[in-house]
Amino acid sequence: MQPQDLLYAKTHEWVHVETDGGSKIATIGISHFALEALTDLVFLELPEVGRQVKAGDSFGEVESVKAVSDLYSPVTGEVVEVNAALPDQLGQLTDDPYGAGWIAKIKISDEAELQNLLAYADYEKQCAEEGH
Amino acid sequence: MRNARATQLLFELARPGRRSAQLPACDVPEVPLDDLLPAEALSPAPPPLPELSEPELVRHFTNLSTQNMSVDTHFYPLGSCTMKYNPKRNERLASLPGMIDLHPYQPSATLQGLLELLDGLQQMLAEIAGLPAVSLQPAAGAQGELTSLLIAAAHFRTLGQKRTKVLTPDSAHGTNPASAAMAGFDTVQVKSTPAGFVEMEDLAAKLDDSVAVFMITNPNTLGMFDRQIGEIAKRVHDLGGLLYLDGANMNAILGITRPGDFGADMMHFNPHKTFSGPHGGGGPGAGPIAVSEALAPYLPVPVIVRDGDRYELEYDRPQSIGRVRSFFGNVGVLVRSYCYLRTHGPEGLRRVSENAVLNANYLLSKVKHIFPVPQGDRCMHEFVASGARLKSDRGVSAMDVAKRLLDYGFHAPTVYFPPIVREAMMIEPTETETKETLDAFAETLFRITEEPPDLLCEAPHTTSISRPDEVRAARQPVMSWRAE
Amino acid sequence: MSLAQARSNRVGDARGEATQHDETMPYVANTTDDQRAMLDAIGLESLDELFEAIPEELRLKRPLAIPPALSEMELTAHLTALAGKNASAGEKVCFLGGGSYDHFIPAIVDHVAARGEFYTSYTPYQPEASQGNLQVFFEYQTLITQLTGMDVSNASLYDGGSAAAEAVLMAVTTTKRHGRVVTANSVHPEYREILATYLANLGIELVTVGTPEGTVSPAELAAQINGDTACVLVQHPNFFGCLEEVDALAAAAHDAGALLVVAVDPISLGLLKRPGDYGADIVVAEGQSLGSPMSFGGPYLGIMACREQHVRRMPGRIAGETVDRRGKRCFVLTLQTREQHIRREKATSNICTNQGLFALRAAVYLAAMGPVGIRQTAELCLRKARYASGRLTADTSLVPAFSRPTFKEFVVRCPHGNVEAALERASESGYLAGVPLSRWYDDLADCFLVAVTERRTQDEIDGLAACLKELTCSNA
Repeated sequence: MQPQDLLYAKTHEWVHVETDGGSKIATIGISHFALEALTDLVFLELPEVGRQVKAGDSFGEVESVKAVSDLYSPVTGEVVEVNAALPDQLGQLTDDPYGAGWIAKIKISDEAELQNLLAYADYEKQCAEEGH
Repeated sequence: MRNARATQLLFELARPGRRSAQLPACDVPEVPLDDLLPAEALSPAPPPLPELSEPELVRHFTNLSTQNMSVDTHFYPLGSCTMKYNPKRNERLASLPGMIDLHPYQPSATLQGLLELLDGLQQMLAEIAGLPAVSLQPAAGAQGELTSLLIAAAHFRTLGQKRTKVLTPDSAHGTNPASAAMAGFDTVQVKSTPAGFVEMEDLAAKLDDSVAVFMITNPNTLGMFDRQIGEIAKRVHDLGGLLYLDGANMNAILGITRPGDFGADMMHFNPHKTFSGPHGGGGPGAGPIAVSEALAPYLPVPVIVRDGDRYELEYDRPQSIGRVRSFFGNVGVLVRSYCYLRTHGPEGLRRVSENAVLNANYLLSKVKHIFPVPQGDRCMHEFVASGARLKSDRGVSAMDVAKRLLDYGFHAPTVYFPPIVREAMMIEPTETETKETLDAFAETLFRITEEPPDLLCEAPHTTSISRPDEVRAARQPVMSWRAE
Repeated sequence: MSLAQARSNRVGDARGEATQHDETMPYVANTTDDQRAMLDAIGLESLDELFEAIPEELRLKRPLAIPPALSEMELTAHLTALAGKNASAGEKVCFLGGGSYDHFIPAIVDHVAARGEFYTSYTPYQPEASQGNLQVFFEYQTLITQLTGMDVSNASLYDGGSAAAEAVLMAVTTTKRHGRVVTANSVHPEYREILATYLANLGIELVTVGTPEGTVSPAELAAQINGDTACVLVQHPNFFGCLEEVDALAAAAHDAGALLVVAVDPISLGLLKRPGDYGADIVVAEGQSLGSPMSFGGPYLGIMACREQHVRRMPGRIAGETVDRRGKRCFVLTLQTREQHIRREKATSNICTNQGLFALRAAVYLAAMGPVGIRQTAELCLRKARYASGRLTADTSLVPAFSRPTFKEFVVRCPHGNVEAALERASESGYLAGVPLSRWYDDLADCFLVAVTERRTQDEIDGLAACLKELTCSNA
């Protein structure tokens, strides 16, 4: 996946939406910008499969040596799959954040919320501002 | 000179069959163990502890000790920690058998001297705080915070008020929001000005009748006294809230101003800072609290009561929040505090603060030419310099400077706290340092800024280890030794 | 206040002019000349100007009303006099327990802990300048895992009681069950009081199962565990000295998906099965027994150990092994993002430091004891306690309160007369005979708890029996 094609939450999670049968599935990860800011990752806590989350809920945690950040769900829905191998291979998260470093898939229950997410250009602008 | 053999791990030095402790033979009739305890309760073998001789142990630990910097050996300007000299007389007196070999459940008739001492300490702390009621029970400053917030919660419960929030400035110690969470409150941050003062507009915006407590550190974590404190207290009180003073920085104001007089309803002391209790490599401290008359009924039990010449421990206090620690608290630390306060008296305590503030301002006046001090030219007992310019000009971070100081025989300041100053270096010299030491420290700081960045980024060079790989330690945590 | 005024206010002014090192300023090095030079450098006239930031109306305009300063000699005399009004365990024979014990402390423990490099240092924020402390913490953690059979230990908490409360909070966040915590009446009453205080505002129900026989029934305990119960907190040996049926208690907790939190007596682990071997998930203990004086209840040492999978929810400092830039083994504080200075309101606890000096004492003690010494100590406690309970119940009118097996403590009932009065008179005769239980237990108001450590001799136990015989029989 190319970062240009994704949607972003202000809290630095990316979202890729696919249609699976009748439902929309959001694949979620962490942006390259956020991973750079976190520096060396040491720990990742994934959400449990089957959990219902609301957009903006904390559904996991990512930890570096000096900082810890909550992962916020960009969408409302049910967690249908997680990248279970990822916590043991944190290198994948840094090396391929938009591919092998995906974190969870959520079955979207409110598509309208996708409009609250940022397009790549707008997200880049936000990052540029935060960088200062 | 370093004895690297002796500082191998205990478990590597150990050899089966070596002994240190020697126990007497059993002088009561021997009964087979199986007759005394059910077999399923017994362990088949004793715990696999290491086996060493006494001389090896002494050499091991003595050599390990030399790998620490300490107040006895080095200048230790670790901001916010008040690393002042730890008086030796206090160590001796706190170790008198009549002070130390006392069981917490002894009858009070056999404890009259200690209870008198603790009562005297309570009175002195109440006077210094300007708040009448004291509990010596909390085991550390953070536990004092928690105890006070639990008292606040009980107080509002009695009043039938539902208050869910605790306000803290964004420059607060991390313990403040953590304590608030443990006491069941939500924390709301109030913004600070660049000098670390409370931003009054932001306070006004966030203060309402759902706020139980505003927790403030004054002097604040930048070492500045917030002049607005009277107004802050008034605003908090007008809405029925309580003002909590984090007493971490009491060393600046002993006998000069009192929290109770500037509007605090409750506070904790850090006797291991302000009253010279040894820091012990990370504890024990203590966290006695002082509260207003209205909050006194909620103090933890037991409390010392005096009946004529006799002291008793009172447990029957129906409004008490209960207990936060077993027994009576960190009494050994409190005995040292008592010794410290009795050594100084009223004038001496004031001199402590005057000289702590003098030393800090003197050092500030030198350091500001090397590292900008964003808060200005004046401070109380500590100040925060910023390494941001050095970082952008030469790529040398505050941490690099801190590490290089170790090479010159100085402990580092606190770095990267408070979070509101970039590349923060928080420097607290304390009153027990000489002018010559402060001069030498400032000269060294200057010298370091002249050194090549490569040298600094690799520092320290002379300590027993170079910089540790903290990522590795956190990614694959090894938290105990295991036999291979 | 100007310097001139400061001088005139100084106690002992007659001598104060001649020397700055008068009694009121023992730890401040600045002479008047130093102060003058420093004020000049700052650009101030007087010390008083240093405090200009403090509004005039908030200043204290009188000296603090605390007693005047004492010289070292005067202070020594004063403290010695106060100490003389206390009866130390050296003067009276101590059979008191209940979480604080008169165990023997080898001289090397005091010797090592008196090193200034240990006791005047602080939390190892700069690992390069703190390898001594960090290695000690790592060794302490290892010794605790060896003693308890658990995977991981932290570098210590305040005391056994608050450690128990912290363990329960840790179980709540680990299991994400916020409904209920189940404990037993046989857990130290003060530990339960602390727990109740900590839980007061968190909306978690604390259920306490009764222990009329001296231990908790696994079936009764199991009946109280529901699907939203985070953990079970028991003590073994319990507050009454009795051994709990820990295997069955562990099964009861685990069957319901709850964690087992056990408070243990570290000395008992010289003999008893280790908690890691009977399924404990979190172990806490009062570490005072491991080389620290009784000191009227503190400072003590809160021991906490857990299974590896729970470590990120564990409160307190943890030392970890790593390598430095040259590849040399070294130690750092690790997993710090759990802690309040980074995670703030979402931290595992508000705890800031550990009890470093007392972790050091415990490390020296355990290393000095070794497997043989800890085993012998535990055996001596057990045998002497059994001998004492035999003598007391055979020679006097006292009767055992419970029939369950005990370790180094036991509860006796005083069927005739007033327990408190008897204990007071025993104290006058030189015996701190036991802890009365009436403060905590209405149904044990005529009982007291007797502890016997390895330090008690047969003569002392016989003496206690003789003393109590007289008191309890004369009461009859």
